[in-house]
Amino acid sequence: MRHLTLRRSLTALAVLSAVTTLSAQAATLKVANQGDALSMDPHSLNETLQISVTSNVYEPLVTRGKDYKLTGGLATSWKQSAPTVWRFNLRKGVTFHDGKPFTADDVIFSYERAGGDGSDMKSYVGQIKEIKKIDDHTLDFVTKAPFPILPELFTGWMIMSKKWCEENQATAPVDRRKGIENAASFRANGTGPYRVRERQPGVRTSFVRNGNYWGKVDGNVDEVIFTPIGNDSTRIAALLSGEVDVMDPIPVQDVERVKANANLKVMQAPELRVIFLGMDQKRDELLFSNVKGKNPFKDVRVRKAFYQAIDIETIKSRVMRGASAPIAQMYPPQVRGFAPDLTQRLPYDVEAAKKLLTEAGYPNGFEVKMNCPNDRYVNDAEICQAVAANLAKVGVKINLEAETKGTYFPKILRRDTSFYMLGWTASTVDAHNVLYPIFSTPGDGGRGQFNLGAYSNAKVDELTNAVGSETDDKKRNAMIREAAKIHMDDVGHIPLHQQALLWGMKKNVDLVQWPDNIMHWKYISVK
Amino acid sequence: MTTALQRWLHSDVGYSFRTSPTAMVAALIAFICIFSSVFAGWVSPTDPFDLAKLELSDARLPPAWLEGGVGKYLLGTDDQGRDILSALIYGARISLVVGVASVILSVLVGVSLGLLAGFRGGWLDTLLMRLCDVMLSFPPILVALLISGVGRALFPNAHEGLAFGVLIVSISLTGWVQYARTVRGTTLVERHKEYVQAARVTGVAPLRIMVRHVLPNVLGPVLVLATIQVATAIITEATLSFLGVGVPPTSPSLGTLIRVGNDYLFSGEWWITIFPGLMLVLIALSVNLLGDWLRDALNPRLR
Repeated sequence: MRHLTLRRSLTALAVLSAVTTLSAQAATLKVANQGDALSMDPHSLNETLQISVTSNVYEPLVTRGKDYKLTGGLATSWKQSAPTVWRFNLRKGVTFHDGKPFTADDVIFSYERAGGDGSDMKSYVGQIKEIKKIDDHTLDFVTKAPFPILPELFTGWMIMSKKWCEENQATAPVDRRKGIENAASFRANGTGPYRVRERQPGVRTSFVRNGNYWGKVDGNVDEVIFTPIGNDSTRIAALLSGEVDVMDPIPVQDVERVKANANLKVMQAPELRVIFLGMDQKRDELLFSNVKGKNPFKDVRVRKAFYQAIDIETIKSRVMRGASAPIAQMYPPQVRGFAPDLTQRLPYDVEAAKKLLTEAGYPNGFEVKMNCPNDRYVNDAEICQAVAANLAKVGVKINLEAETKGTYFPKILRRDTSFYMLGWTASTVDAHNVLYPIFSTPGDGGRGQFNLGAYSNAKVDELTNAVGSETDDKKRNAMIREAAKIHMDDVGHIPLHQQALLWGMKKNVDLVQWPDNIMHWKYISVK
Repeated sequence: MTTALQRWLHSDVGYSFRTSPTAMVAALIAFICIFSSVFAGWVSPTDPFDLAKLELSDARLPPAWLEGGVGKYLLGTDDQGRDILSALIYGARISLVVGVASVILSVLVGVSLGLLAGFRGGWLDTLLMRLCDVMLSFPPILVALLISGVGRALFPNAHEGLAFGVLIVSISLTGWVQYARTVRGTTLVERHKEYVQAARVTGVAPLRIMVRHVLPNVLGPVLVLATIQVATAIITEATLSFLGVGVPPTSPSLGTLIRVGNDYLFSGEWWITIFPGLMLVLIALSVNLLGDWLRDALNPRLR
């Protein structure tokens, strides 16, 4: 271990000196995170960290600027020419990292890849019926129904090079559920401001600035070294000792310590992500429970009892040390469509929960396995343990299985679970990005792709479709509110809290913190 | 009972024990640790694995003698409101069971295969030693993940029981190799000695020579190795539990307690990790010291 650190710092030193001799301005940025991007494939996993890393290498058609407002990415402009037809003009003169030009064919290819087998990004392309190529830099997208927020949705899927994927046998995404890997897992060829130089999964990945980048790079970072450091105290030690420049997240227990350090600063903001629990409501018998012949989670009283048994305020004060906001809806107030009048959680009430369980026919509770990650969300395993202790008080015995995200996500995405934890960021900052993948009955085109317990309500499905094509903001918000209300009454999922973004960095690092927890290195300056 | 004890105390080993204060102190500590974990139900103030009795609002309280400490929790509480003292006792039980059981299993397998390989030689020796090479190239964590995957597929509803089995089997599966190697080496030396030749000439069966004559002479290094391995096994168990293969976080072992507590060292809640750490050191040290003493006491050359 010591040897490794020594070697790592020596390489870093060597690289640093090489870079400083080249140019006085350019800087090397050392970034540490709790985990590693599971692959470099931008379509393989819809997970914030992976998107955060690959967003620096690949780009979508539409992106967001420094102010988090929509702006052109690989498309320069777009216009709705008919209710279901959108014309996108592509940026000219853009090349991929391997030097090949970016054209409309790459967009069509990426659309098919993102919507195809193994992709985790189906919900971002599910609205598209077909693409018509007008010329090499003009495309018409035809949607299944009028879909006013298509540009927002287009921030979610990235463009890959058709040629490169074909040459490298990477035309289908890396499927984490089946454990398939391909060239795109380890190498990358995007259009973004940084290119992958060397990748050692789980150890370190280094990136260098793309000299031919079409856009403006505000920052002065020439090289990025990304290192996953899973252990909280090791990660904080790396920041305190100056071994890394930026790290995410700061463990909640160490925020004060970082703030007190004269060389460091903390950037804290509410994150868009909502942490929630899901329950298998589809199978007739749970996979992992002692109740046989029926599924207790099909009964809304059981789901409500689970909800009311959870003491979210104590979890906030004790486990999260105040760095969380308990929430009643499945998306935070920053998201378009949030209903300001639906902010009351079902009250924490042990007696009411016991009563509900008795009514449902489980006076002595039952036993069920709970799946939980232990290195993904802030204090995830600790929250699950607290929930297990809460549920024990109403007689429900939780067999907790907490594991590292590399095995956790493939498992729950296969729906190999009865009761699980998930965090969701509405990355389009619109409630439809929750209604469609989380509230809807699982189906084609990414519908309900992350509704892992298969909650299903026909009225919610109908409202989700209507929300997708409604252009009037007022009517649209009313429909979103109705869907949220139904989901809430059904306890389709149990929302826990909105977690806080906690980034720690050296005082000389200047960066932009987006509420979706994506770190864009092109905005980072090291003074 | 008393006569047996007296007889033991007057034997050579007993004499060496009586005259070695280190051995006596180590034995006392080991006894206390083992006793308290065997009778955890009576000794420990609370049952830390009973989730219904945990109070999250009592989380991270300091030890009783510090400001903010509560008398009910002598050594403070962890991040879930578990009494550290009780968690220590129960956690030590898991760690000891896993550590000792996996070491016994690997000693049994390793010593018999090593003895066989060294004594028989020939193709059997080559085969077994190549098998050792193969096993050495697998880290225990990988083997454990494999076994746990198979185990879970076979028994989807088994939980803690399975976790124990998986832990013990996977730690022993990689642990036996060292014993086999050591025993084979010493057996190769021993089998050419006069006493083995003599036994052979007088017509003693090979199995009997191996067990009665060679085995006692090769056990010395095994004992030393085994005592060290107990501590290593406890640490491997902690790693595996973190990966989700071992015991669930709701019934933490000593290793899990230390690992979880590590995250709170910087924020000043030192007691969550220091006390379990001390306990682990005490167990490992006392077992090691006992092993050291036993090696000397049993070594005929030192008499």
